[in-house]
Amino acid sequence: MVERVQPGDAIHPGKPVTVDRYGVGARINHWITAASLILLGISGLALFDPSLFFLTALFGGGQNTRALHPWIGVVLFLSFFIFFFQLWRANLPAKVDWVWLSKFRDIIGGHEENLPELGKYNAGQKFIFWSMTFLILVLIASGIVIWEQYFAEYITIPVRRIAVLAHSIAAVLIICIFILHVYAAIWTRGTLRAMTRGSVTGGWAWRHHRKWLRELAGQRKIGPAE
Amino acid sequence: MSDSPRTAVSNPPTQPMASNLGQQDLVRRSATKDLPPPERQLTPVAKLIDVSKCIGCKACQSACVEWNDTTPAVGENVGVYTNPHDLTENMFTLMRFTEWVNPETDNLEWLIRKDGCMHCADPGCLKACPAPGAIVQYSNGIVDFIHENCIGCGYCVKGCPFNIPRISKADHRAYKCTLCSDRVAVGQGPACAKACPTGAIVFGTKDDMKRHAEGRIADLKSRGYANAGLYDPPGVGGTHVMYVLHHNDKPHIYADLPDEPKISPVVQTWKGLTKYVGLAAMGFMAAGSLIHGVLARPNRVSKEDEENAEKLVEKVVAPPEERV
Amino acid sequence: MTNSWTDIKNTDLVVVMGGNAAEAHPCGFKWVTEAKAHRGAKLIVVDPRYTRTASVADFYAPIRQGTDIAFLLGVIKYCIDNDKVQWEYTKGFTNASFIVKDGYGYSDGLFTGYDESKRDYDRSSWDYVIGEDGFAVTDPTLQHPRCVWNLLKEHVAAYTPEMVERICGTPKEKFLKVAEMISECSSPTKTMTSMYALGWTQHSHGAQNIRAMAMLQLILGNIGVRGGGMNALRGHSNIQGLTDIGLMSHLLTGYLNMPTEAERDFGTYMSSRVFKPLRPGQTSYWQNYRKFMVSLQKAMWGDAARADNDWAYEYLPKLDVPAYDVLRMFELMHSGKVNGYFCQGFNPVLAFPNRGKITQALSKLKFLVTMDPLETETSRFWENHGVYNEVDTVSIQTEVFQLPTTCFAEDEGSLTNSGRWLQWHWPGATPPGEAKPDTYIMAQIFLRMRELYRKEGGAFPDPILNLTWDYSDPNEPHPAELAKEMNGRALTDLRDPADPSRVIVPAGKQVLNFSQLRDDGSTMCGVWIYSGCYNEAGNNMARRDNRDLDNTGTYLDWSFAWPLNRRTLYNRASADLQGKPWDPSRKLLEWDGTRWTGYDVPDIAPNAKPEEVGPFIMNQEGVSRLFTRGMLRDGPFPSHLEPFESPVPNVFNPKMRGNPVARIFQNDVSQFGNSDEFPFAATSYRLTEHFHYWTKHNRVNASLQPEFFVEISEELAALRGITAGGWVRVWSKRGSVKAKAVVTKRIRPLNCDGRVVHVVGIPLHWGFTGSAKKGFGPNSLTPFVGDANIETPEYKAFLVNIEPTTPPEVVA
Repeated sequence: MVERVQPGDAIHPGKPVTVDRYGVGARINHWITAASLILLGISGLALFDPSLFFLTALFGGGQNTRALHPWIGVVLFLSFFIFFFQLWRANLPAKVDWVWLSKFRDIIGGHEENLPELGKYNAGQKFIFWSMTFLILVLIASGIVIWEQYFAEYITIPVRRIAVLAHSIAAVLIICIFILHVYAAIWTRGTLRAMTRGSVTGGWAWRHHRKWLRELAGQRKIGPAE
Repeated sequence: MSDSPRTAVSNPPTQPMASNLGQQDLVRRSATKDLPPPERQLTPVAKLIDVSKCIGCKACQSACVEWNDTTPAVGENVGVYTNPHDLTENMFTLMRFTEWVNPETDNLEWLIRKDGCMHCADPGCLKACPAPGAIVQYSNGIVDFIHENCIGCGYCVKGCPFNIPRISKADHRAYKCTLCSDRVAVGQGPACAKACPTGAIVFGTKDDMKRHAEGRIADLKSRGYANAGLYDPPGVGGTHVMYVLHHNDKPHIYADLPDEPKISPVVQTWKGLTKYVGLAAMGFMAAGSLIHGVLARPNRVSKEDEENAEKLVEKVVAPPEERV
Repeated sequence: MTNSWTDIKNTDLVVVMGGNAAEAHPCGFKWVTEAKAHRGAKLIVVDPRYTRTASVADFYAPIRQGTDIAFLLGVIKYCIDNDKVQWEYTKGFTNASFIVKDGYGYSDGLFTGYDESKRDYDRSSWDYVIGEDGFAVTDPTLQHPRCVWNLLKEHVAAYTPEMVERICGTPKEKFLKVAEMISECSSPTKTMTSMYALGWTQHSHGAQNIRAMAMLQLILGNIGVRGGGMNALRGHSNIQGLTDIGLMSHLLTGYLNMPTEAERDFGTYMSSRVFKPLRPGQTSYWQNYRKFMVSLQKAMWGDAARADNDWAYEYLPKLDVPAYDVLRMFELMHSGKVNGYFCQGFNPVLAFPNRGKITQALSKLKFLVTMDPLETETSRFWENHGVYNEVDTVSIQTEVFQLPTTCFAEDEGSLTNSGRWLQWHWPGATPPGEAKPDTYIMAQIFLRMRELYRKEGGAFPDPILNLTWDYSDPNEPHPAELAKEMNGRALTDLRDPADPSRVIVPAGKQVLNFSQLRDDGSTMCGVWIYSGCYNEAGNNMARRDNRDLDNTGTYLDWSFAWPLNRRTLYNRASADLQGKPWDPSRKLLEWDGTRWTGYDVPDIAPNAKPEEVGPFIMNQEGVSRLFTRGMLRDGPFPSHLEPFESPVPNVFNPKMRGNPVARIFQNDVSQFGNSDEFPFAATSYRLTEHFHYWTKHNRVNASLQPEFFVEISEELAALRGITAGGWVRVWSKRGSVKAKAVVTKRIRPLNCDGRVVHVVGIPLHWGFTGSAKKGFGPNSLTPFVGDANIETPEYKAFLVNIEPTTPPEVVA
């Protein structure tokens, strides 16, 4: 299966070669998503366990935390799903993902020479993508159910109880996924610039997503040198 | 001075007295782990609602509105006597009317139950509450909402096995019957009990109320209500608002009074397992990342990688003539 | 009430019929719960609806509204047939043994002497045979076929359980259960109390409803005893006081009555008020009538009331008709014969029947004065409120003066409760705005009127100019001054008749009670039955000692009960003929060989020997009356009468409509409906959440019962396609209302004489002013008919039709 090259991705010859990975809009959106998720995590955790309640001070107290959290959730949902529609094709699973995953030791050891060539996203990134998708859906759905201010009167209390449980479990999971995502981005040096400057070096692309680089090259998606 | 009034019917003390329900009397405080033990143990109190004596006059509702200075809306009639139609942040107690035909006698019975906070010994609202000090339990059994600490999240609604707390749309705080803690604290009984014309609502120590209930139950049994009994559900550790029911074998006929109330297992899981496992998982994830970051080499792009990329790009870019 | 609220705790059986004590008298109802709790008393409710009272009853039986007499006569028959009669009491304390004139009889639903053209009976045959000694002839053996007992047996013979079921729709087995429970109280050691209210009075045969129960209570021996009695639950906190002080057109104070035109002078007036005993040695206390009357006249006109002018008898108005009751006043107003109307503390637009007629009548006045603490529909009758008050404001020329008054919590005075207790109260709040006490307003009107009469003379200024007005502040008489005036005082030194050298009461001092009143002008007293309320001991109404010796429920040191602080009327009857209590555990009085002693103030001369003087001292007979002679216009015994609008014909005489002597006006006859057009039996009532049309002004009450509704059975709802909470239109021959529908199991169709009778319940608390949602009252629908004896309108039984409808247009 040939991965569709995403519009906007392009190679810039030079030394080093740079490769456009995310446009400006996508990057802004990413950071909105990221910020929302962080705020949600903090505010959510504040209400999750008394030992973290002090975090509500960051939002100006418990009442504000309670009021803001769901709205931030709506922002997250919208921003993420703009993302989703941009990226979902590139994140469809492929056979090569299973081969990649099967070499787990090489992955965490950083021995990428032993791994197959990959398109724009590796299986880990895809896992994060689909996990986020699923968990955000769970969170927004359960979040609306327990959004006391607007929806309480339409939903029975037993359903709300299940929703609040689902919401907390999903929240725990998404925070774990989030940690994985952030750590992977840091550990894999050269990744962060994809979401800051929008581009990666050719070497990064060669090392982690060689197939993607080849496809860009093959389709002559080459822009002017930097 | 006794620590709690023995009855709402007797006249309250006329001398000023210090409020006896303070911080030092708390036995539970929401979202607070290290609450110091109470300085003294107050005698547990209880309100006993004798459904078999209740005439549904709603004096308790009036008294509650007057004492708590709430402003329930003038609603509409929807074909029933229950008004307002539900508990609200402005109506902490509500007469719920049920027309029930006794299948054994084929006689109609008009069951009128005064709904409101049951003041559980094991309060689900308090368990669910995330805001420190928004819900407290005094050593006399009263479960009270401290509104200044309330954040309006509605977790108490989910925690309550009796569907009691209501969140105000105006100030986003949870409201419910306080068992008139402000009156009880100064030696008076709850306003509803004071107003009840038939003595269907009585107030005193929990032991006294249980004894009083025994007499009432004996009377009801003598009048043919073989299943008369006291509703003091053990599933929530007993309650400080109890009912005398003519049909204690089926509490649900009284406007869905739970037969065996307990804090929902879903809530228990949410406030228990999920919290501990969740915090552990997140901590494990963070710690794992940290350890990996320290122990494992960063995954760096090598010079060769860059060169390989350049070569690949050069191949595609040349020859430049073709681009004309 | 013959007894008091607190006495109800002493009973063994409470029968609530013609009332809904828990709903309309929730505070008083606590004494029923006391009786249940401490005596194991049982509660029976007989009502067309399963009421709030029924919800705590031991037994409930349904009944069609307006058929209580048939039910009660059925119970009397049951008691007689089953020998459940308190024989000693019945023989000794009732007129069972009195022989009745031969002319009296009853057939086809009518007593003898009926004149259809006059709609009245010639009652001369309804009387005792009077012997040559001037006393009524009796047969203590009850063998004489014309003795009251045998006539009663004959009269109730028709009311078999089957007949009761046919008329009342009460299933036979339920009737028999009630009859059996009641009959148990014929034991001298078991008592039953009857708690009734407007469910009995608001019928064209209301007085007879009450008579029927009173007779039953008498043959069970339940009058005058603890836990017994006929207990009228008064609907307003001071409505007992209203009748006591004579705020009715045909009454003076203390049940003295207004002279008629035929009674041109005092001698004539007094000649029909001699009240000679009808049996030897009886008290016949009304023999003192003249003392009370003269003392009243002295209270009214002081020095202007002299022996030589018949105590200013000419000042008293003389009635040209039996009474100017509200129905007659509005009939006159409606025919343009009234110029001005003072409406003090009531709300005719919602309170009187056939609201359309009331509004038309008010529109014909030149002026209307309303005095009320609240905005009333009457004071706003001219204001258009869409469907809720569809009037053409421009065409109404009545000038309306609204005078805001204080409400009970803002002024001082006494309220007389159902148990005849005069309870003093003090202001609890400052009146708002321009509100003034009624006494101030009345004083201002009086002083200005008097001034006009003084300046301009007039046809007959004397009664106004000479009216006693010696208050310390003429502009606002103080309630204590008024109370003292009601109590009465000596005008000259009152001397002991046996020892003229001894002054009993010095001139100017308050009399102890009415026993000191005289007919020679030496005493004045505003309300003789209240005498004793504020004597030289002080304000007895303000007493608040709630000690109750031996837990009898008499509370003699709490407030003051008329007469003479007596808590249970006829309490002499609580003891047997020898003066021993029927039930030692329920002693009220006992004859100790020389005097009556006990827990209550004896309702008999303290030294009257038990076997000589009968306990019913107000009656000329000395005993109570199972047969009332000609004292009630519609019969010496109660008999089954249908309401004027009834779903079924009278089984005894299908041609008879309602009470044959009930007062109706010719103009209203065309506005009676029949069951073809209006098939459903409606009734009106109160709800606990509200007090009349007052509490709809209070947001709390309004939120507890916000909106006008009618109640119907599930069967009627199905028949007419009505849904619970949906809008319905209810209409009678006189008007139409829209309401929400409460569909309930508490009302069930009744089967009467082969017909299914559906009941429509209409509560009465809504209008177009106040905080609650705008609505209607049942008086938009009710007929303009009054009881035969006291003209109470027939609110409790009338005919309507009902259908689903659309919501009324919203009115801003």
